Amino acid sequence: MEFVLQNFINAMQWGSFYALIALGYSMVYSILMLFNFTHGDIFMTGAYIGFGAATVLLFLTASVGISVPGWLLLILTILISMMLTSLLGIIVERVGYRPLRDAPRASAAITGLMIGIILETGNLAVLGARRFSFPSLIETVTYNIGGVYFTNKKILIVGVSLFLMLLLHAFIRKSRWGMAMRAMSYDYQVVPLMGVSLNMIAPMTFAIGSALAAAAGILYGMAYPVLDPYMGVLLGWKSFVAAILGGRGSILGAALAGFLLGFIEIFTAMIFPSTLRDLIAYTIILLILTFRPYGFFGQPYTTQLRL
Amino acid sequence: MHKSRAVLVVFFMFFMAFSFMSCGKEREARIKIGINAPITGDIPKVGEGTKYAAQMWLEEIEKAGGLQVGDKKYKVELVIEDNESKAESAVKANTKMISEDGVLIIIGPQSSKQAIAAGGVANDYKTPMISPWSTNPDTTRNRPFVFRGCFLDPFQGPVVANFVKEELGFKKAAVLYDVASDYPKCLAEYFKKAWEGINGPGSVVAYESFTTKDADFSSQLTKIKGSGAEFLFTPQYYNEVALIVKQARELGFTAPILGSDSWGSAETVKLCGPACSGLYFSTHYAAAGAKGQTKEFIDSYKQKYGYVPDDVGALTWDALRLAQKAIQNAGSLTGDIAKDRQAVRDQLAKTKDFEGITGKMSFTEEGDPIKCAVIVRISDKGEFEFYKQVCP
Repeated sequence: MEFVLQNFINAMQWGSFYALIALGYSMVYSILMLFNFTHGDIFMTGAYIGFGAATVLLFLTASVGISVPGWLLLILTILISMMLTSLLGIIVERVGYRPLRDAPRASAAITGLMIGIILETGNLAVLGARRFSFPSLIETVTYNIGGVYFTNKKILIVGVSLFLMLLLHAFIRKSRWGMAMRAMSYDYQVVPLMGVSLNMIAPMTFAIGSALAAAAGILYGMAYPVLDPYMGVLLGWKSFVAAILGGRGSILGAALAGFLLGFIEIFTAMIFPSTLRDLIAYTIILLILTFRPYGFFGQPYTTQLRL
Repeated sequence: MHKSRAVLVVFFMFFMAFSFMSCGKEREARIKIGINAPITGDIPKVGEGTKYAAQMWLEEIEKAGGLQVGDKKYKVELVIEDNESKAESAVKANTKMISEDGVLIIIGPQSSKQAIAAGGVANDYKTPMISPWSTNPDTTRNRPFVFRGCFLDPFQGPVVANFVKEELGFKKAAVLYDVASDYPKCLAEYFKKAWEGINGPGSVVAYESFTTKDADFSSQLTKIKGSGAEFLFTPQYYNEVALIVKQARELGFTAPILGSDSWGSAETVKLCGPACSGLYFSTHYAAAGAKGQTKEFIDSYKQKYGYVPDDVGALTWDALRLAQKAIQNAGSLTGDIAKDRQAVRDQLAKTKDFEGITGKMSFTEEGDPIKCAVIVRISDKGEFEFYKQVCP
């Protein structure tokens, strides 16, 4: 029993990352009908910016000589990184996607991949060969309840992820900007005729998606404190799988499918030999897609993409 | 819009023209040595160590005014190619260095994953190659032109197994390894075989794996913890070691964790921090407490690049010195690259009792050196302390 519970906690943490990153894919898709393949690398950049912000903050507080509680530093780090990374998202949209808005979708997808490679190798060129260890802003406390181990960081990661998802949901459902986004996702060619500019909504979507990826990056840095220029590649691809599984363009679907993917991966490794983990996990996903080719919440060919 | 595009095109054409021009250098009598290293990719620190050691070696040669072969002094040029820590790129790099650059000998690639693939190319084109760090038997098997600078995994696996048995007296082992990478996969198998040979079948109670670039090992570690293993052996590279050790501790796995020579990077302790102190691993040399020419190498490397060289740096240095000696022993170079390569290979194969900074070596017929391993303990200060030497 505790074995299952332990893996449940493991899966909640792992699924949080897939969910947060998958949201970014889905949002951009619902507006522009294209998958932003830079997203995994934006996640990586977010983690690095967070690392930079945390290092600077730690240095500043140490040199001034005031002791600031760790959680405050963490919140500041997350906010700074979310802000700067959303700026990066806006730049990617402006430089990479806007000039190609009327080009074939495949060209735009390739552009995304190229920008991703530029971010990876640019990072390697600037920061060099070292791997960085993400500073531990808050003390790790390990709890043991009846043989089930979890840390305060795990609770924090799942909590912050869920909070951000609810925030996004409220924004899309309750705010005027959210309404504009929802309208745009119905038809990005007609809605601009009614006075909503795509050149406002598209960058905003990229900004929000990137901010979520940045938050995921920092949480990831706390759980797996080794930063690597290529850390976003595999995670980005798997989150993309989650976005498809949830249904293209569906926010709720992306979040749920992200957690589901985390659960499938962790629990297949629990039941079967771990060597076969990805083989079995992705066969399950293939089966799901065979029976639900549009994912859980997706709809066939559509002007009815729901945000 | 169109104008700016035209400008861009013209700019690119100039750029291309320049890059072609640099290829047309005049040819003079010089020795080219190829370095095939993972400058980018998963383990860039390994590439950096390779490059730095090679540059240090070159500086020493240049200080002497060139490489003396017979009665002639040759200028030496290093051709450093990045293999991105991928097998395909390592093959490409080797092919390029052999056919385009005309290198006399190749040093690298470091990891078995690349070295096994690239070694095939070197052997087919009859170009000598020394992999300083690849411990997998397949790298040199049936390849007369391929050599290595380190001991092999079939030796290293039992070294760790015996060490645990004798020093710690455990009976139940767990193994966690990357199934998609040659080095951890084979070493895990050799360890398992050796351990079961000592403690009987079923004594490896958990044999778990993951795939390259995974960062979450929680479900494997939960399984390992539940299996009742007394220690964990994980022959992984430095970036994964930090993650595995930290996650294991967070999941309440308190038993010792042991590793292999891939732990011996300057980065391991930096990334892992105090969580790794007190752990053991088997490796090629111990930097703390070194003597003689090993100390000289460590000191000048540290002075130049600001950190203590890891085993890759030391092994690369030894490989280059082996190459240097073989070239010099060839007596004279004809200028016919195929003949010279053959001559250098023959000399390499004859190497006996070479005094390297990582120990004495003589090559077997397969091109593998017979040399000792050391068990290193990570001290509380994070230094690699010599603990025990194990010889074949």
